[in-house]
Formats: sequence, C-alpha cells, structure tokens
Amino acid sequence: MTTKTFFKTPANRIFFVIILLLLLAPLFLSVFRINLLGKFIAYAILALGIDLIWGYTGILSLGHGVFFGLGAYAMGMYLKMEAAHGRLPDFMSWSGLEKLPALWAPFSSPLSLALIIIIPAILAAIIGFLTFKNRIRGVYFSILSQALSLIFVILFIGQQAYTGGTNGLTGFRTMFGLPLAADNTKYLLYYAAIFFLVIVYLYCRFLVSHRLGKILMAIRDGENRVRFSGYNPAAYKIFVYVSSAVIAGIAGAIFVPQVGIISPAEMGIVPSIEMVIWVAIGGRGTLIGAVIGAILVNGLKSGISESFPEVWSYFLGLAFIIVVIFMPEGLIGLVKKYSTRIAWRVKKEKTAEKSPSIN
Amino acid sequence: MDTYLLQIFNGISVSSIFMLAALGLAITFGLMKIINMAHGEFIMIGAYAAYVIQNIFSQYLPASIFDFYFFIAIPASFLAAGIFGWVLERLVICHLYGRALDSILATWGVSLILQQLARSIFGAPNVDVKSPDWLNGALLIHPGLQLPYKRLFIMLMVIICMTAIYYLMYRSNYGRKIRAVMQNRAMAASLGINTRKIDAYTFAFGSGLAGIAGCALTLLGSIGPTLGTNYIVDTFMVVVLGGVGSLWGTIAGGFLIGTGNTTLEFLTDATLGKVLIFTLVIIFLQWRPKGLFTINSRSLDE
Repeated sequence: MTTKTFFKTPANRIFFVIILLLLLAPLFLSVFRINLLGKFIAYAILALGIDLIWGYTGILSLGHGVFFGLGAYAMGMYLKMEAAHGRLPDFMSWSGLEKLPALWAPFSSPLSLALIIIIPAILAAIIGFLTFKNRIRGVYFSILSQALSLIFVILFIGQQAYTGGTNGLTGFRTMFGLPLAADNTKYLLYYAAIFFLVIVYLYCRFLVSHRLGKILMAIRDGENRVRFSGYNPAAYKIFVYVSSAVIAGIAGAIFVPQVGIISPAEMGIVPSIEMVIWVAIGGRGTLIGAVIGAILVNGLKSGISESFPEVWSYFLGLAFIIVVIFMPEGLIGLVKKYSTRIAWRVKKEKTAEKSPSIN
Repeated sequence: MDTYLLQIFNGISVSSIFMLAALGLAITFGLMKIINMAHGEFIMIGAYAAYVIQNIFSQYLPASIFDFYFFIAIPASFLAAGIFGWVLERLVICHLYGRALDSILATWGVSLILQQLARSIFGAPNVDVKSPDWLNGALLIHPGLQLPYKRLFIMLMVIICMTAIYYLMYRSNYGRKIRAVMQNRAMAASLGINTRKIDAYTFAFGSGLAGIAGCALTLLGSIGPTLGTNYIVDTFMVVVLGGVGSLWGTIAGGFLIGTGNTTLEFLTDATLGKVLIFTLVIIFLQWRPKGLFTINSRSLDE
C-alpha cells in the first residue's frame, strides 16, 4: 500500500489525525493524564484485535480478556523478575515457595518477552482448531469463549504461589533499567504505546483491504457459501483468531508497565464483554471505530465513574442496549449516514445549478 | 466414602437448581434463538422476591405463621421474575430476533442495569434469608451420613417443577404450540399460531423458572446483587452440553455437570475441579458438537 492510496480512505485520514493529536497531547496534559491516555491506547490496540475477529469475521469472542491477560502476565512476570534482582519475587515467599518455579525461570531474560506473542498465539491456535474445525460457531463459540475466561480466572486465582492470586502481580520497579515511576519513562512508554497502535492498525488495515479481508467478510455474511466456493473457513477463522489473540497479548504487555499492576480482574468475564462494547460503540468492521470507541468509552468511564460510580453502571448498560438495537453501526455508522446524506444533498444542488433550466 | 456421598448429594441438589434455571434458558433459546445473558439476574430477582416476602412476614404478620412464608415466596418469585421477563421481552428482546450474537450484548446491558438496580434498592452487601424452622435439620441415613432437609426440599421442589413443565410442554395445547414454533416458525405462523404471543409468554415463563431457582438458592446461602453472574456460565454450559432446545438434554447436562463437578472437586481441589469440568465439556463437544441430545435437521444454519 502506498501513502497515496492509504490516505484515500477517510478512515485512515481520521486515524492519522488521531495519531497526530495523541503525539501532541503531552504538550497540553499532565503526566498523570498522559499515563491514563497510554492505558486507553493499550485498550485501543486490544479493540483493533476484537474488531478484526468480530467486526470483520463475525465471530463474537467473549474471552479476549484471557489473551490480554496472558500478554500482560508475561510482561508482568518479566518486570517482577527484574524487580526481584535475582531473588525470589516477594509474593512467592509469602506463599511459602522456596525455589523459583520452572514456569518463571525463562522470565529472567528479556528474550522471554517473545512469550507475549507466543503464548496467546499457541492458546488461540489450539482453541481455534478444536472449535472452528468442528464447526462450532455463532453463540456456541461465544459461550465456550466465555467459559474460557472463567477457567483462566479461577486458575490464576487458585494458583496463588505461581501467579500472585487475586492481587495479581504488582510492585514493579524498573523496565530495562529505567525506573517506572519517573516521568521520562512514562512519556517513553506513552510514545511506545502510540508506536504499537500505528503498527497494529497498519497490520489490520493491510489484512482487511486485501483478498484475505474479503474472505473474512464473506465468512461473516455467509459462511456456507464460502465453504461451497471451495474455501476452508476454519483455516481463515483460526488465522484471524490467532492474529486477534496476539494483538490482545501485545495490548496487555503495553498496559502493564503503564498501570503497574495486572490481576485476574482484568481478564474475567466482565472486562472481556466490555471490550466488545467499545468496538460496538465506535462502529464494528471499520477499525477506526474500534480505536475511537475504546478511547472514548474509557475516557468517559474514568470521568464518570470517579464521581458517580452508580451512574456509570446504568450508562454502560443503556449503551449496550441502545447501540446494539438502534445503531448497530456505531458512531462511525452515524457519521457515515449523515455525511453521505450531506454529500448527496450537495451533489444534488450542484447538478441543479449546472443543468440548464427548463424554462 | 460417606463424605463423598454427601458431596455428591449436595452437588446434585445444587445442580438441580441450575437445571431449573437452565430449562428456562433452553426453552427460550430453542424457541427464539436469543441468548439471554440477563437470565442470571432473573435468578437474583427471584431471590430478592423471597427476601421481600420473608420481611413482610416477619414484620406485619404473626410469628406463628412465619414458617409458611416459603410457600408464598415460591409463587411470588415466579411472578416477579416472570413480570420482569415479560417487560424485557416487550422492550428489548423483540428488536433482536434473528440477531443471536447481538442479543448477547444487549441482554448483558440489561443485566448490568438490573444489578445496579438491586444495589440501589437493597444495598451492595449480601442479605440473609432466614429459612423456615421446619427445614432446619437433617435426615439421618446412618451415623456419619445426614441429608439436610433443605436440600431434600429443594430437590422435591425441582421435581415438582419439572413435572409441571413436562405437562405444560407435552400435554397441553400451549406446549404443543411452543413446540410447533420451535420446530418451524413459518409453518406454525401460517397455520394460525400467534408466534409473537407465544414468544412473549414463553420468555416470561422461562424467566419465572429462573425466579424459582433464585428462591431455592436463598435456602443455601446469602444473596446479593451479583448472585446471577456467579451462576450464568454454569447454566450456559448445562444448556450447551445438553443440546440447545432439548429439555431432556438440559436435565442430563445439569446432572452430569453437577455430579462431575463435585466428583472432580473431591478428587482434586475446588479450583482444579472447575477447570477440569469445563475442559471435559469442551473435549466432549469435539465428539458431539451439538450436545448430548440433538434435534436432527437438514437446514444448514441451525
């Protein structure tokens, strides 16, 4: 894709503007707000992955918190090992462990950060193979993916000595030697988050604007026809599921150093389904809608729920209902509808001017 | 051995509650292809209805008849949850026909609102419902193995409900209509069945069943606004394992998950047991992707 064709799509132009705004944000906002915005960018990356699988392929995964969590825990374990300086991480000694478990051993080296991608990819490949190959789809897949997130939460809470239990992993000090509490590190992490947002967006845009993307949309709109045309939908679905899981893992890894904690609460059923609603509010199947939705909803959430936690629950509940029933295309859909209407009207006026009057 | 038997007995009595809730879910899903994520909140509504009835009895009525409040609480729970269900169907569900995935999201929003509503009315902390005196105590099989009356009563209640559902579904005119719409909506409609009316009543009925399940749960522990969320995944797994839309499948699925769960928890530990049972269900679905009991159909997208 050349730069010229890239800017032909309005969505890409909007994305460019958003990135510009995000890059300039440190000039106007305090470090605290930038840190918060960095967290929202991690969520936006996650939302891109969900848009890929739900908006384009029509698979509703209610277990993406798991992949987000796995990426986040991989990063968290690495940071924890760095903070422990070769000793046993603190929560392990509280739980009575005396030796570092084999599970943790690789995380003393920065190479282990590759696991952020590898672990979600392998898990998604296995689950995808077992379900899509057997043509488990639609709501059945959604329910199973929800059970997946329940399983992982129970497992992570239960294995306290290995995962930190309900409290999760926290108390990180440095990343690659840089102190996490310092303002400069926070700016650095913020720009790194923007960098990954751009990479992931370009990857998703590349996928959906080529032949593969067409097949994904065809699977969404009529899986059997795709099958009868000689394609194997299962292979494509596994591929998109793995892609989406890896993106979620990356988002988790970006989330952890900025927020400073990862606990099972971030990967459960409730956050997993909230992730989907970010995409729904922004506009599914547009990519840009996912980015806007994630940043907007989380911005509202931290604004409203700080002062009125009760109102937030009602608001979110209503948002779920209203968006799904009355505006299934989300905010982007609304904008599209009105902009085409205006464009149509302008065009009509223009042609009216041009055409010679009958009289 | 005795502990194991007691565990199994407890497992069955709890899973019999799920069966009741899952039956409601299975009927509505089989009929309307709607996944109702707010089904768990109907359990919660039923439980709070029992709590309200208990409070009315202890405050306004003579103490001598307090023990009988539970017989009022059961129909009250059914009605309360059923009315909420009917309103939900009219306001939200009726816009979602043919959009199964979207129905998951919209009803999740409903469940958020209902939970917050419960929190605003009854407060966030859990409340206790005092069970009637005649349910305290246990049936002594032999020393070391006692079966609590409460759990026996729950099982009896579930059996009565099941029998009622069976008669309603397979022996009544209304049930015949429900099954007709389940099998072929277009054909049923063209033969003069008002399918919209059937949908609304059935949805309300299914919600009412969840309400009774909630009423039964008050006997086993304290209740809170998030009561439903704790059970919703289990309930869905029961439906998926049993085969969607099949009543016998739901009963078998509930029984299998209940006993399997307690057995595995007994053999390993509480967390690992839960993980194992879900893994087993997923593996089982490899072999029978549509669950235990399936209705054969030649259509592609069932």
